[in-house]
Amino acid sequence: MSKINNRSKNIGEFIPQSDDDLIICRCEEISKGEIRRAVHEGMFTMTEMRRYLRTGMGLCQGQTCGKLVKNIIAREQGISPLELEAAGSRAPMRPIEMKILGNEKRIGE
Amino acid sequence: MKRYDVIVVGAGPAGLSAAIEAAKRGLKVVVFDENAKPGGQLFKQIHKFFGSKEHKAKIRGFNIGEQLLKEANDIGVEVLLNAIVMGLFLDKEVTVKIGEEIVHYKGDAVIVATGASENMVTFNGWTLPGVMGAGAAQTMMNLHNVKPGHKVLMLGSGNVGLVVSYQLMQAGCQVVALVDAAPKIGGYGVHAAKVARCGVPFYLSHTIIKAEGKEFVTGVTIAEVDRQWQIIRGTEKHLDVDTICLAVGLSPMSQLLKMAGCEMQENPEKGGLVPICDKFGQTSIKGIFVAGDVSGIEEASSAMIEGRISGVAAAYELGFIEGKEVEEQTEELEKALLSLRQGMFSPGNRGKDLAKTEEDYDLSQNLLKSGYLTDEEVLKYPGVKKMKGIHPVIECSQNIPCNPCQDACPKKCIKIGEKITALPVVDESVSCTGCGMCVAACSGQAIFLINDDLDESYASITLPYEFLPLPQRGMKGIALDRSGKEVCSAEVIEIKSSSVFDHTNLLTIKVPKDMGMTARFFKQVQEVG
Repeated sequence: MSKINNRSKNIGEFIPQSDDDLIICRCEEISKGEIRRAVHEGMFTMTEMRRYLRTGMGLCQGQTCGKLVKNIIAREQGISPLELEAAGSRAPMRPIEMKILGNEKRIGE
Repeated sequence: MKRYDVIVVGAGPAGLSAAIEAAKRGLKVVVFDENAKPGGQLFKQIHKFFGSKEHKAKIRGFNIGEQLLKEANDIGVEVLLNAIVMGLFLDKEVTVKIGEEIVHYKGDAVIVATGASENMVTFNGWTLPGVMGAGAAQTMMNLHNVKPGHKVLMLGSGNVGLVVSYQLMQAGCQVVALVDAAPKIGGYGVHAAKVARCGVPFYLSHTIIKAEGKEFVTGVTIAEVDRQWQIIRGTEKHLDVDTICLAVGLSPMSQLLKMAGCEMQENPEKGGLVPICDKFGQTSIKGIFVAGDVSGIEEASSAMIEGRISGVAAAYELGFIEGKEVEEQTEELEKALLSLRQGMFSPGNRGKDLAKTEEDYDLSQNLLKSGYLTDEEVLKYPGVKKMKGIHPVIECSQNIPCNPCQDACPKKCIKIGEKITALPVVDESVSCTGCGMCVAACSGQAIFLINDDLDESYASITLPYEFLPLPQRGMKGIALDRSGKEVCSAEVIEIKSSSVFDHTNLLTIKVPKDMGMTARFFKQVQEVG
């Protein structure tokens, strides 16, 4: 993370909304309300949200919900989604069984 | 560790094009693709492409895919399928899952052409079975021969939404409505027109409130939105559908580049997170290139050119060609790329409310709102001339980069000129033989042959027809106008199918004399026997 987040900013109280039970991250079954509440609990970035709620950590690796989650986090803080950094990207890029991940082919050694 | 001069990630239009250009210059190239079939999205594109000859215009997408694959094969490019790239690391090391193993590869250059993924929107019930991306529906029908549903609502009126709607109808689905929250149709007018004349209603400034159903989609509720995108109460409408397709944009799949440490940028105009790159597609890391949608959402034609440019540039980077050669060899390509980025839908015109074409013709507002030109509007364009006997009527009213019609006419009666976005002009002084080459060549299916003087009481209309079963000669049916409204009875007087038409059949119908400039589609009412 390279951006500094102002943790002391006041984003107000969590106010329940009628669509809070809408599933946003399908893989991990996380709802809009849970994400909004997590922002009020201090999760201001994509990376924090991933670690806190596991949004975008499932089978599709955030391919489906990435933008949706980002928009919700941004709106809750009253900022533009452009101000939020994308979550980190690291290997493995796709879901993979551990037994395969650990099965490295040795060539010419 | 296996070594290659160039490693290409993604065997779509950009990746294959890059691989071909690099291999042509003597580089040892391998292409990885996570799918079981190569070609990326090309093999599900059953429509004819736009552009000019150098962009492979009027060739259907899957045929372009075949061509690229053959070219890659012939030149010795290794294409590995079911090969999933797991990571891109320091010094261009790539780990790939192949079978039950992880294999390490190292390239002197890496070209990332991983494409894009579909965006989603959320509404009540969006996770129900039956809600899917438009691209997913296209994959189901065009690659796997599975009908995605029977009654479909399409959300999104960009080119993807319009093209897939048409293909859904070709597959035998009913497209119940085309919905977009924007007040204007986002895609090409010609794509909208071919959907509209089949009778599909457009609901602009509308959005989905909810997908109905418990176990799967059984219907949908849509409602109108105001200028601030807020739902206007009391405008809710229920539609009977079993499938909801979402065509609401794409996002670059750029994670590999971010992981490799390339400088990235959040760019809404390019569809999301993209690497910063130079005009050759080279990222901030020397030797890592990008091409196609991963570097900014466009379409397959520009992806192929970007791929070729980065392939040439990689050859230079590795010392296979001289600096002077790069400039020479990419100059033409850059020109071709630039010509695709011109016209009404160019990046520079995005979000603008244009009122006139480049030639100063009024743009049809009805086309933007309802998907069709009105009887009055259509007469104003230079492709529509009142002529005796059989003649082409070109209902092309927007500046889009496309010109196959110009070369199609053996008599040279259609003129576009150097600038491929210009509106086609019909030359009244040239007599038309009625060969129909222009009708089949128009990727937008916007050219018709009209003969108002067929006999005393009838006119004939030759229209492009891409539905099965084909009507038979002598068959009676109903003619629909540009809005899809039934206007008169019609009789099929000729069907022409030829390999040069490439599966666009020319259907000639006979309609009452005053309907020559009104009827634009033929609805079959009889079963083909």
